[in-house]
This record gives sequence, C-alpha cells and structure tokens, in this order.
Amino acid sequence: MTKVLDIPKVNAKNMTEKEFFYGHKACAGCGGSIAVRLALKVLGERTYSALPAGCMSAVGFIYPQMAFNSNAIITTFPGSASMAAGIAAGAKALGQKDFKTVVFAGDGGTADIGFQALSGMIDRNDDVLYICYDNEAYMNTGIQKSGLTPYGTKTTTTPAGKNIPGTITHKKNLFEIIAAHDIAYAATASIGYPQDFINKVNKAKHVKGATFIHVYASCPTGWGTPTETSVEIAKDAVDAGLIFLAEYEDGEYKLNRNPKEFKSVEEYLKKQGRFKHMSDADIQCVIENRDKKWERMRKNWL
Amino acid sequence: MSRPKHTEYKIPQHINDYPTGPQYEAGFLPEKNAGWRTFKPVVNHDECIYCLRCYLLCPDGTIMKDNGKIKIDMDYCKGCGVCAHECPKDAIEMVKE
Repeated sequence: MTKVLDIPKVNAKNMTEKEFFYGHKACAGCGGSIAVRLALKVLGERTYSALPAGCMSAVGFIYPQMAFNSNAIITTFPGSASMAAGIAAGAKALGQKDFKTVVFAGDGGTADIGFQALSGMIDRNDDVLYICYDNEAYMNTGIQKSGLTPYGTKTTTTPAGKNIPGTITHKKNLFEIIAAHDIAYAATASIGYPQDFINKVNKAKHVKGATFIHVYASCPTGWGTPTETSVEIAKDAVDAGLIFLAEYEDGEYKLNRNPKEFKSVEEYLKKQGRFKHMSDADIQCVIENRDKKWERMRKNWL
Repeated sequence: MSRPKHTEYKIPQHINDYPTGPQYEAGFLPEKNAGWRTFKPVVNHDECIYCLRCYLLCPDGTIMKDNGKIKIDMDYCKGCGVCAHECPKDAIEMVKE
C-alpha cells in the first residue's frame, strides 16, 4: 500500500483550476454538490463517475445541459457499484492507466437500495472509490425516510405528530458495516471540514482496491435551513458529536476528531426545520444515543 | 481554459446535429443559472486575505482565482450566500440585485 507520506498533498492553493461539475441545477447552497465538486477536483481529469438515481444525477444531466466535465454515466439505482466495477474492469482491459472510477451515491442509494452491489464490490475488491453523500433522506424524490435518517427527523413518510416524533429509528452504523467487510480504506467526513474531506479523497485515490468515503452533506431544501448556513450546519453536526470523523485502514479504526466537550445538540437541532417539533424528551433520546456511541468508539478505537 | 463556458444552443436542423447517445458532450452548457439569484455577492478586495475558503466551499464552483484575487462567474452564481457566510473576514457582502 502507498505510504501516507508519499502522497502529494492537495489543498485550495495547489488544486486544479479546472471544474468538473459546473453549471448544474442543484438547489442554491446544496451540500452534496460541494462534496461532488471537491472530490472530482481532487481526483482530476482522468476519472469515470457513475451516479445512481439521486440528486446529483438529476441535477447534472438535465438535457441539453451537461454539467459533468469528465466521463460520467447514470446507472441503475441498485447497481451503481457493480456498474462502476464494470467500468474499472473495462478500462483495465483496454490497457488504460492512471485513471480512477468513482461512484457518487446518496444515502438511500448506498445504505438501502444500492447496498448489495456495494457489498459485492468490496468483496471482489474492485478498484473503485465509492463516495456516499449523506443528506439523511431521499431528497430528490421529495424527502422520504432512508436508512440513514436520524431519530426525530420529520419526513414525508415519517410525519411528526402527537404520538410519534417523526422517524423513530436511529441512523444505521454504515461506516462500521462497510469496515466489517475488511475494506482497504474507509472513512467518514463532513463538508463542514473540507480540508479533512479532501485529504481523505486524496488518500483513497492512491489506494488500489475498493475504498469508501461517507461524507455528511447538508440539504437546505430538505432540512429547512437557510441556504447560506449549509456548511456551518455540517460543521455543527460534527462539533455536537452526532457525526464523527474516522478512518478504517489496515484493520484498524482511527478516530480523527475526539473533542473533549461537545457543542449543544439542542442548538444544532433547533436550527433546522426538520427537528423543530422535537420535545425535550426526544432531544434527550438523541443525546443518550450519541453518548452510548461515543463511549463505545472511545473504548475500542483509541 | 479552466472551466466550461456558456454555449449557445442551436435548434438541430439535421439528424447529424443531435448528439450520439442521450447527452451532449461533457461541459455543454446552453443554460445559465443567473436567473435563480436574488442576492449577488460583492467582494471587498481590500478586506480579502485570499484564504480561498469561499473557493473551496462554493457549491457551484463559480469562484475562481485571478492573479491573487478572487473573481466570481456571475453566469452560474445562484446567490446562495455560502461564500459571504463562511468568509472569516466578512469581505463578501450579499447585495440585492
């Protein structure tokens, strides 16, 4: 495996001037488009992108507009990982060198619908980077609950009322499920920490084999936040401890950020329209779940 | 050229004018996004320290480097205000158009 020190650093000063995701029709302030744009800039021109049904394929390919400036294709909803594996195998058979195949799937296309193809891709160890931009619901079809929707979220399929506070399940432990495949490299990131995300994509670029990045990306439309705060809210989620930044490499977990004190969860939740209805008991449930998770992570991963 | 430019759309007259496959070539942009905007970002270059945080975080990638200054492509800026909100020096102001 490539040593971390040998990988050339990428930052805002030296990254390519070229834009590979430009003129798209995403909502103003879209967090997912920040993730896709930054990842494509790090991966460079010789990249094949595969996108299942989801926001980024819906906003990138509106005929006749073609927002992707490198090779990109819309895949079937459940088969993005297998299609990307096919692209990587085809390019290898053609004798192409120095290329990367990448998947940009939403949380529904990763944790629910595209999951078995992703699991197969990691099992075969195909040379594909799978990036899941997690906006915590099926936003493209109008905000339905997915496997990665957190507790208490109001969506159109889990409306909040007197008896039930919206979604009653907690977020799937997607990162640990992927790591359990014994993948070459997996990481979680947030667009609130862009340099950390860039470093992780850059690292995954230089790893041969299946790699996975779970990036937390805000959605002003679905979350009920002002457009200008979409990066701030993604940062707040990490600071409040609801999202963690971690890596899995060589069979070892690594916690990148271990804050001594968390920021207020209530403040983070009350900023968003989807959590406005939550009572104190619901917020306590979120905090309890967070503390349980952090206790386990600090015990096992540090 | 570092980024795709607005392309004039011509109504196809002949079958050969249509793209092969379901899409035009990469970076074919006949439409602008400027009509989405209510507020436009205005940069105060005296305050700007060129930290490039706005360049990193623009969802549309409309902020570009221009000889040590930042420049905004107003054809594709949607006026979301992320750049102004994230600027550590408050050098970008959102002004109603």
